[in-house]
Amino acid sequence: MEMSFPIDIFVIIDLILISMLLVVGISIVRLNNLFVIVMLYGVYSLLAATWFVSLDAVDVAFTEAAVGAGISTVLMLGAMLLTSREAKPTTPIRRWGSLLIVGVTGIALIYATFDMPAFGDPNSPANSYVGLMYLKATITDISIPNVVTAILASYRGFDTFGEVVVVLTAGLGVMLILGIDSRRSRSGEVEDTGESAEDANEPPAVKETTKQIDALNHHIVLQVVAKMLIPIIILYALYVHFHGDYGPGGGFQAGVIFASAIILYSLIFGMDQTRRAIPPKLVQFGSALGVLIYGGTGVITILMGGKFLDYNMLDQSDTIHAQHMGILMIEVGVLVTVASVMLSIYYGFAGRYRQLKDQNW
Amino acid sequence: MMTGLYVVISTGNLVKKLVGIGLFQTSVFQLYISLSKVRGAQPPIIEKPAKYGDAVKSAGEKSAETVTDLLAKIPEVTALDPASVYDPLMGVAYSNPLPHVLILTAIVVGVATLAVGLALVVRIREAYGTIEEDAIDDAEYKAEVNAS
Repeated sequence: MEMSFPIDIFVIIDLILISMLLVVGISIVRLNNLFVIVMLYGVYSLLAATWFVSLDAVDVAFTEAAVGAGISTVLMLGAMLLTSREAKPTTPIRRWGSLLIVGVTGIALIYATFDMPAFGDPNSPANSYVGLMYLKATITDISIPNVVTAILASYRGFDTFGEVVVVLTAGLGVMLILGIDSRRSRSGEVEDTGESAEDANEPPAVKETTKQIDALNHHIVLQVVAKMLIPIIILYALYVHFHGDYGPGGGFQAGVIFASAIILYSLIFGMDQTRRAIPPKLVQFGSALGVLIYGGTGVITILMGGKFLDYNMLDQSDTIHAQHMGILMIEVGVLVTVASVMLSIYYGFAGRYRQLKDQNW
Repeated sequence: MMTGLYVVISTGNLVKKLVGIGLFQTSVFQLYISLSKVRGAQPPIIEKPAKYGDAVKSAGEKSAETVTDLLAKIPEVTALDPASVYDPLMGVAYSNPLPHVLILTAIVVGVATLAVGLALVVRIREAYGTIEEDAIDDAEYKAEVNAS
């Protein structure tokens, strides 16, 4: 793919995207309305994802679009609803002081960029050794087209295992801080209305009012469209998951897309129905199950005589097939953990809305 | 990147601070990914070359021997001949996949840590009734004065 343009058109696209990122960033600095800030953050993520496509990082772009522009924005909106809508403007001393610090750091960084290899240089140190080795070895070792998946799941399976554990830990942290099912949480200071004592079989009157608060159940159009969309989104998540060997995608992206389908369901039909469809217990179980599948694959390879996560042991007569099996298994683990953790985090935030009173904001 | 850092330092609002951290983080990702770009290259998804199909077929039908043979055929990977660095595969250049992997997982971990931060902010709001730093400081100070 040699460029035949006299001026590289991709450079122009890159410059446009970078300047848009800069404009969005500066607007976030200058604004004080948290709602606008959070939405602009979503825009920033989406622009970054676009730029990642232009930089050939399609997998990263996919993840950034699903996570940064999707889940992050939902979580930040949730937290914003639970806290406040306006930020206090900063004092002038603080503004100029921080501008000074940031300016000095920025100049230092720009000075550092003079030492960096030229943009797009194929022979730069970053592009020469390990990455190149993975590119070449993937064809014969694993024989799947998407090298990113091959490195993620096989060559660097240890790292990815660590990442999955980090995601699980973060999910546990949110569960501990907020409580996954806050109707049963014991922080009595906020919920003294007696609602905390009730279990799933609460009186219909209470259920009716909570439903009206957190569900858009008077919007018929939204309900019908959501009912049509949700199976397609879940199907798409599975496609992204199982096609991750061949195209951009994999367990991380699929897990986030899966979780977003459930979040859409809960936005339209209300938290109570979502809790009935996917009980918080199941989500808790799933978060751990995914890590168990991942780690279990590693233990199986040890039991079969290899090293931890050495997939070649799974089928010694055909190591390529064994690699495919191993990658698929750990990707299932990643999918289950990521989807469950994202949902548990969402449950943690959404479970708090019922405790909001009007005078709180 | 600097706008994110600026937001983190300058604002007293905790949610806005977290947005700043997010900006900072996304910008660092951009730095990493831009390093992995190879001019005129393709995304690191190997076009189905003849070799790829052969490798699958031969490995499936025969035995692991074929794979070792193929491995032997790969040129020295650490050879740094500028002309051939990205060539010996099939004449197509691919961008470096390694930073992509690192950043892909970092994004997911980033949102998980962001969620923990937001959860803490929500609890701070419940405990103090505000998410502005100076107001929280005031409340802390008053509580300490009252206690002593």
